[in-house]
Amino acid sequence: MNEQFEPKIVAFFCNWCTYTAADLAGVSRLKYAPNVRVIRVMCSGRVDPQFVLDAFARGADGVLLGGCHPGDCHYAEGNYKTLRRMRMLERMLKGMGIYDGRFRLEWISGAEGDKVKTVINDMTKKVRALGPLDLPGHFRDWDKELEELEAHVNKDSKKAEATHAG
Amino acid sequence: MKYLYFPGCSLKGTGRAYEESFLAVFKALGLEVRELEDWNCCGATAYMSVDETKSYALAGRNLAIAERSSDLDVIAPCSACYLVLNKTQKGLKENPELRRKVVNALKAAGLDYKGKVRVRHPLDVLINDVGVEKLAKFITKPLKGMKFAPYYGCQVVRPYSTFDDQYNPVTMDKLIEAVGAECVSWPLKTRCCGGSLTGTLPEVGLRLAYILIKEAKKRGAGAIVTLCPLCQFNLDGYQDKIASKYERVDIPTLYFTQILGLAMGLPESELGIKRGIISAEAVLAGR
Amino acid sequence: MSENKPKQENLPRVGFYICHCGSNIASMIDVAEVQKYASGLPGVAVSRDYKYMCSDPGQEMIAKDIREHKLERLVVAACSPNLHEETFRKAAARGGLNPFYFQMVNIREHAAWVHEDKKSATEKAKDLARAAIARVRFHQALDKKRVPVDPNVLVVGGGIAGIHAALTLANAGKKVTLIEREATIGGHMAMFDKTFPTLDCAACILTPKMSAVKAHPNITLLTYSEVNKVEGYVGNYKVTVKRKPRYVKEDLCVGCMECIDACVFKEAKFPDKFNQGLGKRKPVYIDFPQATPKVVLLDPETCIELKTGKCKKSCAAACDRKAFDFNQKEEIKELQVGAIVLATGFKAFDAKRSPQYGYGRYPGVYTALEIERLVNASGPTSGEIVLRDGKHPKAVGIIHCVGSRDAKTNKWCSRVCCMYSLKLAHLIKEHSGAEVYNFYIDMRAPGKAYEEFYDKLLGEGVHFIRGRVDEVTDWAMTPDEEGKLVLRVEDTLAGFVRRIPVDMVVLSTGLEPQADAQEVRRRFNIGCGSEGFFQERHPKLAPVNTFTDGIYIAGACQAPRDIPDTVAQAGAAAAEALALIDAGFVELEPNTSHVVEEECCGCKSCVPLCPYSAITFDEVKKKAVINEVLCKGCGVCAAACPSGSIRQNLFEDDEIFSEIQGILK
Repeated sequence: MNEQFEPKIVAFFCNWCTYTAADLAGVSRLKYAPNVRVIRVMCSGRVDPQFVLDAFARGADGVLLGGCHPGDCHYAEGNYKTLRRMRMLERMLKGMGIYDGRFRLEWISGAEGDKVKTVINDMTKKVRALGPLDLPGHFRDWDKELEELEAHVNKDSKKAEATHAG
Repeated sequence: MKYLYFPGCSLKGTGRAYEESFLAVFKALGLEVRELEDWNCCGATAYMSVDETKSYALAGRNLAIAERSSDLDVIAPCSACYLVLNKTQKGLKENPELRRKVVNALKAAGLDYKGKVRVRHPLDVLINDVGVEKLAKFITKPLKGMKFAPYYGCQVVRPYSTFDDQYNPVTMDKLIEAVGAECVSWPLKTRCCGGSLTGTLPEVGLRLAYILIKEAKKRGAGAIVTLCPLCQFNLDGYQDKIASKYERVDIPTLYFTQILGLAMGLPESELGIKRGIISAEAVLAGR
Repeated sequence: MSENKPKQENLPRVGFYICHCGSNIASMIDVAEVQKYASGLPGVAVSRDYKYMCSDPGQEMIAKDIREHKLERLVVAACSPNLHEETFRKAAARGGLNPFYFQMVNIREHAAWVHEDKKSATEKAKDLARAAIARVRFHQALDKKRVPVDPNVLVVGGGIAGIHAALTLANAGKKVTLIEREATIGGHMAMFDKTFPTLDCAACILTPKMSAVKAHPNITLLTYSEVNKVEGYVGNYKVTVKRKPRYVKEDLCVGCMECIDACVFKEAKFPDKFNQGLGKRKPVYIDFPQATPKVVLLDPETCIELKTGKCKKSCAAACDRKAFDFNQKEEIKELQVGAIVLATGFKAFDAKRSPQYGYGRYPGVYTALEIERLVNASGPTSGEIVLRDGKHPKAVGIIHCVGSRDAKTNKWCSRVCCMYSLKLAHLIKEHSGAEVYNFYIDMRAPGKAYEEFYDKLLGEGVHFIRGRVDEVTDWAMTPDEEGKLVLRVEDTLAGFVRRIPVDMVVLSTGLEPQADAQEVRRRFNIGCGSEGFFQERHPKLAPVNTFTDGIYIAGACQAPRDIPDTVAQAGAAAAEALALIDAGFVELEPNTSHVVEEECCGCKSCVPLCPYSAITFDEVKKKAVINEVLCKGCGVCAAACPSGSIRQNLFEDDEIFSEIQGILK
């Protein structure tokens, strides 16, 4: 019954380099794992760390961020900001139990169709081995715990009320 | 600086002069050299073509022993040992199935292999670790007026070029100039000396060795300087046979460690100069 | 995390279309299933599939549905937005819908073409469709901003490509500035003797064009100059140019060259770059007699006056135009242009990188460019084929593919070497009567009249050996090889190894990108391929455009190329630039950012982030302000804004969050 777990990976690709490289990979008919869903942005610098957190919170097992190589950003410096933000974000994520490559930042130029394929295949393999992250599931569990605790506390207080009433 | 030393079979046998001069020179330069304990034959070119996996295990054993004792670089003066050990490193790194088999075999012998040790050539160590400038300070008796033809042979440049250019290597050229001698420029620096063929297929092997000694002499070299014990043996040891087949040439073949030792003022007896079959006395008398 | 689910009843009406793209998409994605799935999603009023959405009927279908079904949003799942986003935006507009209420889903390049399992590819398509449908609800109506286009053009590089592009643009009535790094235009073509396959004299066909450039009222020629800085955007570039000092006033010098005769150096002493080091020149010199502009220059490295200040300056004395100015300084100029054509050419492969051929070790080994100068009647030997030691070669070997088709150096084929090797074979034979041997791997003669040229050579007695030369050596195996250079090669047609003794070896060196190609392309903000040549927008459909609007490329800077193709490409680049300029305006993608004033808290985090200095701070209102014309739409400020008051059109937080949610639901 148990189908092999297939990770869901959300990717943010910058239009000028990584998205173009992914198009090139398509034109070249390279084959890679179908686990990645790409969101197009103009620059990797557009990616707010909240997007990454939101993706994980909604059930992504991995998040991939693709931008131009340092020095080649179409908007001169966007990728440097990306780098700074994401290094800090990585450390935060580690504290939340998200590490070992679930979040990955890659520099892929518009001519590197092959790299898109290698990175996606490699990341899918690694995240598959890590297993599901399933933050929504955890949130539900914790919510349930809270509900049970609340019910338990209310039950006690009702008993107390009854006792006092009597 | 400290190094491990892998002599290989040749340096304990026909290449004894290479070992003597190598150890003498390194000692005089203050470089500590310790022979690898319990080393075994590297298998050279022959075993690879007989049984590849066993051959990698045989060579790999030496690397495992080296790793076990320290993390120093291993110097392998013999070109064949140098190539085989490097080839083994590379093969085990790139071929996981081979690596698995060899590591298991070594485990049975109580050894482990991590692939971390570096195998170096003494010429590489002298020119790149010590450097020509520092060597100059040790040269007390420069070999002025002497002309040497540098002969590299094939195994230090093919198939890998680890410390020098494959078509036109120059490290030994630099050494020859550093000892005060003139370096003969010739295009046969890396041409085959005949290898094992001088013994097994003499009509081919002897001709290859003859071409080298003839051209070196023609270009005015007083001696050929080499870095491989088999090359030295082929060029030095078959000149009678070559004389009977082609013509008498008479040119001595020395190791680069020998000429460096001479320029450093070390006595001939410590450098194995008299072990050459074609005598180098006349050539060296001029210094 | 923002909860961004608009209420069911208020959802805008979405039209969803999935394209089969023939069998390109349909063979790997079950389009019917995706269409059916989408039709059940909240807000979707119309869901269709069609064979070719980008076709006229496909687009008409969209426009019709918009009108009939009162659609308020449009989603098309097809190929890459980089191909057809514009197409479907226009279709939406034709239907009366604001074109920016459209979102495209890439299920061809990113799914159908790259996956092998139909089930997972279809699931992926559904996820992406759902995400786009969720996102498009948050799209706003936008307008493309129009900016005027400056009608002036800059052409960088004065070789045949730059010259032709400049002339075409100037003839169309545009004002062109042509910049060239060397002291004269002409590029590599000016060095050649004859060109293949017609054996036209290169100088004869080039110099009229060079003169035309000089004389053209619409062309400003800036030689000995380089571009230092490029700012701005399509239609509105500001370019800073640095002009190196010649120490001679360009407008006074008439090129009589009396100064060269009068120079204190009686003999020419210094290696002459134009002659590839084979000839000599004095510190005051001109590259070649037909140099354009015909103005001499001084070399600050070798001129005694410039180095020490202690020369009697007989050159200046001999000049009756008083053109010398030893204090001339570097000049900085600023240009405003609307379009830029890059035609910076190639660099010849450095033959020292293939040491087995002995270049630099054996004096008898030459590169092809050196031979071009030798056979040239205006070259250092007046066209005589003579070796460095003065002897005349009786046998010459020409080795093809040096630095091309080689895993150790350059993998690509340099396209012109087979043809110029044939040409050189013909010229060498004609000038010297020597035996000529060409060593080739394949004979590549693809152009018009090229194969016929090869055929002609076959009849002229040139020897052709098919095999890659292993080495050039001066070791003589037999007495008749004494004193010769021996080429050792496996003759693959004959089936054995041969040794060919020659006196002279010619290395047919390949074409590479210029040494500073990376630096230059960064300055112009364009891309490079992995080999280092400038990157075209699309290898088949847009070979002269780059990913930066307004910047075009032509000639060998894009890839190795012969003269006919270079001229054609230069014309194409000029045409693209003309199309831009003659439209008069350019519509900017409205993906710029703006600040929602009420929400800005005045923290100033955004101000230093913008590379285009588009963000300023209003000290009175204490709010950040973004200049929409300067904004290029990267979105870095939007990502950084702590209050979320910066919105990037088309990439707002709500839009992206809904896309994330749509993917993962």
